[in-house]
Amino acid sequence: MRYQHQRFPFVRPPDLNGRPTRAPVLIVGAGPVGLALAVDLALRGVKSVLLDDGDTVSVGSRAICWSKRTLEIFDRLGVASRMVAKGVTWRVGRLFHRDKEVYNFDLLPEPGHKHPAFINLQQYYVEEYLIDRARDFPELIDLRFKSKLVDIERANDGVTADVETPEGHYRLEADWLVACDGVRSTVRGLLGLGFVGRTFEERFLITDIKMKADFPSERWFWFEPPFHSGQSALLHKQPDDVYRIDLQLGPEADPEVERRPENVRPRIEAIVGDRPFEIDWISVYTFQCRRLERFVHGRVVFAGDSAHIVSPFGARGGNGGIQDVDNLAWKLAAIAKSEASESLIATYDEERIRGADENILNSARSTSFMTPKSQMERIFREEALAMAATEPFARRLVNSGRLSLPCLLDRLSLQSEDDPGFLGGLAPGSPCLDAPIIDNLGNRAWLLNEILGHFLVLSFGHPVDVPHGVAQLTVVDGPADCADGHTRVQDADGLIAQRYGGIPGAAYLLRPDQHVAARFVKPTAEKIATAIERVLGLEAA
Amino acid sequence: MSEAKLDTSFRLGTRGDDVYAALIAAHDGLSADESARLNARLVLMLANHLGDAAIVIEAIERARAGIGKL
Repeated sequence: MRYQHQRFPFVRPPDLNGRPTRAPVLIVGAGPVGLALAVDLALRGVKSVLLDDGDTVSVGSRAICWSKRTLEIFDRLGVASRMVAKGVTWRVGRLFHRDKEVYNFDLLPEPGHKHPAFINLQQYYVEEYLIDRARDFPELIDLRFKSKLVDIERANDGVTADVETPEGHYRLEADWLVACDGVRSTVRGLLGLGFVGRTFEERFLITDIKMKADFPSERWFWFEPPFHSGQSALLHKQPDDVYRIDLQLGPEADPEVERRPENVRPRIEAIVGDRPFEIDWISVYTFQCRRLERFVHGRVVFAGDSAHIVSPFGARGGNGGIQDVDNLAWKLAAIAKSEASESLIATYDEERIRGADENILNSARSTSFMTPKSQMERIFREEALAMAATEPFARRLVNSGRLSLPCLLDRLSLQSEDDPGFLGGLAPGSPCLDAPIIDNLGNRAWLLNEILGHFLVLSFGHPVDVPHGVAQLTVVDGPADCADGHTRVQDADGLIAQRYGGIPGAAYLLRPDQHVAARFVKPTAEKIATAIERVLGLEAA
Repeated sequence: MSEAKLDTSFRLGTRGDDVYAALIAAHDGLSADESARLNARLVLMLANHLGDAAIVIEAIERARAGIGKL
């Protein structure tokens, strides 16, 4: 059975009855990025209005590949267990050149992480789960479907949005507007902002087919496959017997001709043989690797594809957008609640532009490798591929997509100078690593599930002095005893000590988005308070 | 005579893509002849940097064998 798209009815908002809303945060676009942002803000007690011009979840699978870091973020938001249960977990990739397998890789993650390296799950499921989750916060999330943003007026302290609905227009005021409205962002257009960067002339035909087959849960990539002459192809398995097939089209291809089912069918038959299949979705994608010069424009902030776009190899679009949310939500919430100076928002620009540039660089290089432009580039690629079968080094030069890894925020404004007393572990700016723990009741659990949305001091061996009101979690080797009122967890398999270079008496200051802000071999409440002030910008306020 | 052996494991750490991109960029806009000259200069420079003739000769033989037709 095909995915059944639920329709969300238009609900007449109070604004149309003469009762205008002033939203702390107005989110435009109910895709994965906008929905995740609404949920993250709600978890921090911040209200949002979410506008979407449609009335259902994504048509077509679109973003399908969700990375471990994204699943960790989604776990904090409360949807990861549904995603992992439904998704296809995969870790093996095979690379073919012409008719031969050149090599394969196994992303087998080191043990002791709650989430797998990657799952494949259609975007419509992710949106469905996020909408269900958003419904858990009826007081905080105001979801408005069939509500189209048509104009914005900007002021120093907020925006006024003009919203078009089936029952008329209304104006809505908001302190902040976050544009999560995708690659063809209305907000970007209204502000007259353009992207900088490269558009590749190459196009890919992206199709989902429904087919009963015993193909393994692996990523298969072909350079110059026998079934699609001269081009590249990718096959990925999704839940519900759906397979994603990406086929590179030459620069001369006419997308309108190529997307006709009678032209798509023979290509798919060439891949899957005589197995019966149904075509579920066809789309033509032009490569772009570009971004806005800045993501913050006064009280208007861009996140996800409205801010930056990448080619699809490397799973960096959807994952990049969710990492934007992870970075943005706690900052917006802290500003909205006057816990931080408004200047904190500038660090969203700083940190996520670094992330976007990393994603753009990697995806642009993968795209270049797939689409050599000169004779010499073709020769280098041909020889790298030919050598890959026998020479191990050449395999690492072959580029069929560098899969999304979390971005390091080291040496950026919010992070304190590293303490040189640590050997290894996680430097300031690193995302926290997961590890198994045993709580004071003797239950096995996960470290990242204990780092939920606020500043946390992670101390080793024994509790340390922390500033008033700051939470602390102490990692101990033996059974966790919390009788004295301090929260302790046991390092179940010794992996926390290993991953954090945990010296007894040392402590990490973790940001609300599970990144290391500072660490100290000999922590004091004062040093920790200074590091927190540095993040919240209150010193300067 | 040393037991020197060509190391074909990957040795560029996290910089493999940087090296590949720099190579391709260096060839950008060159004619076939100019590209061949660039490659010749690079090979000679890297061979000298390696400083181990046995390894360089092994690499030459191995690369040559991959092209075929002796």
